[in-house]
Amino acid sequence: MTRRDIGIASLGLLALWQLLAMLVARPILPTPVQVLGTFIEELQGDLPAHFMASLWRVVAGMLLSVITAVPAGLIIGSSRRLNRLFSPIIYLLYPVPKVVFVPIVMLFLGIGDLAKIVLIFLILFFQIVVLVRDQAAGLPSQLLQSLRSLGAGRRALFQFVYLPASLPAILTALRQSVGTAVAVLYVAELFATRLGLGYYIYYNGSTLLDYPAMYAGVLAMSLLGLGLYFSVDWLERRLCPWKFVQ
Amino acid sequence: MIQLDSLTFSYPNSQTLFKDFTWKIRQGESWAILGSSGCGKTTLLYLLAGLLQPAGGSVAIDGVPLARPRPRTGLILQDYGLLPWATVRENAELGLKVRNFYGADGVHSPHDYTPTRDVYPWLERLGISEIAAKYPAQISGGQRQRAGIARTLALSPDLLLMDEPFASLDALTREDLQNLTRELCAEGNITLVLVTHNIEEAAAMGENILVLGEPPNQRTRTFANPAVQRPGYRGSTAYLRLCRELRLELAHDPA
Repeated sequence: MTRRDIGIASLGLLALWQLLAMLVARPILPTPVQVLGTFIEELQGDLPAHFMASLWRVVAGMLLSVITAVPAGLIIGSSRRLNRLFSPIIYLLYPVPKVVFVPIVMLFLGIGDLAKIVLIFLILFFQIVVLVRDQAAGLPSQLLQSLRSLGAGRRALFQFVYLPASLPAILTALRQSVGTAVAVLYVAELFATRLGLGYYIYYNGSTLLDYPAMYAGVLAMSLLGLGLYFSVDWLERRLCPWKFVQ
Repeated sequence: MIQLDSLTFSYPNSQTLFKDFTWKIRQGESWAILGSSGCGKTTLLYLLAGLLQPAGGSVAIDGVPLARPRPRTGLILQDYGLLPWATVRENAELGLKVRNFYGADGVHSPHDYTPTRDVYPWLERLGISEIAAKYPAQISGGQRQRAGIARTLALSPDLLLMDEPFASLDALTREDLQNLTRELCAEGNITLVLVTHNIEEAAAMGENILVLGEPPNQRTRTFANPAVQRPGYRGSTAYLRLCRELRLELAHDPA
């Protein structure tokens, strides 16, 4: 998949949108040209502030989950006993749809940024713990034995084996859950806040009935998800060059 | 010198692999441990490496009982144990990095160790300096094993333990690496203990051959193979005779 392929696919999708808008021919589905115009206009207005608020919540949630879930996954995955203790717990909690915690988290943490960050953290935390744990538990014992025979104790094994081995798992987990995180952020931003793309989309769509602006918000939220997705890809290329060699 | 004294070992809930097993290896000797799968040959190697502890008896190297891996022992396994995310050079540096991480504490690295990361001479000696920037997935099995050997020799071991190191290589590469390993051990006066299930490999690598049979192994059955250093030994009648003897020994297995 090259940049050219992605460019062509984007143009194709825009063309499809244009076609649909022309067929529907109602204000609830403006054309991409209209929406792009509004988007550029809105960039002079409040949109950037909403975008930054959402971006901050997602990125903070991601960072928080990485710095807590990676050590947890590594410790559980590298010890058979801890793995036996924690795996059933993770097994039960992992499939619970975290979006249902939106009202609960808000009851406990209020309506500020913290509640939204914690929600994103909850989604990503389990994804990362599971993938990092499996990665650590699945390291070939030959690899570990040969490192031990070179003199490596537990600390050196963590630094030279477990940590670098978990990097691809972290990035995979982030890639898989960035979409969910943005979706849950949208839901969380519908409640009791005046800042964030979720609020912006909802407010323009259902209160102001300004459809082009609503779509501009949807576009911004899509760009947020895409941008994060691309960033993870970029990080993977930078941090795991060995995965991309022939 | 390595001394095993009435060593006993078994894995939990499994039969005894070694019982009152006594064996002696002198510095600079090369040994091949020959046996079919399940005879305990890899276990014996791990006991020598200090990665396993005997249930009874003792393993001592230079008079010191072995309680954990010893910095001057190098272990090389069949699937090389290379880090897939590190280049050949980084992999070769790994042993030194681990040493630098702990410093010269006498436990993880020898007391007289001076930190270094210079593996280039070893990459040259093993003929892999040109692929130093490649990842393990990009190179051949033989080159990977060369990287594994470079990594171990960079630590200047006095004892080299190898577990089926050439089993997954094609015949020519295997012979090349067997010869190279013998040369390197001779150059550095390194004691070599190589585990194999392959009779020809045992006969081509070991000045002495220890044959393990159906466990529990109690008696030390050894074959002397002093001519192994002679060039062209592989084609000689002595070599073929020894292979035949070893085959017979494995086949009827009186142990």
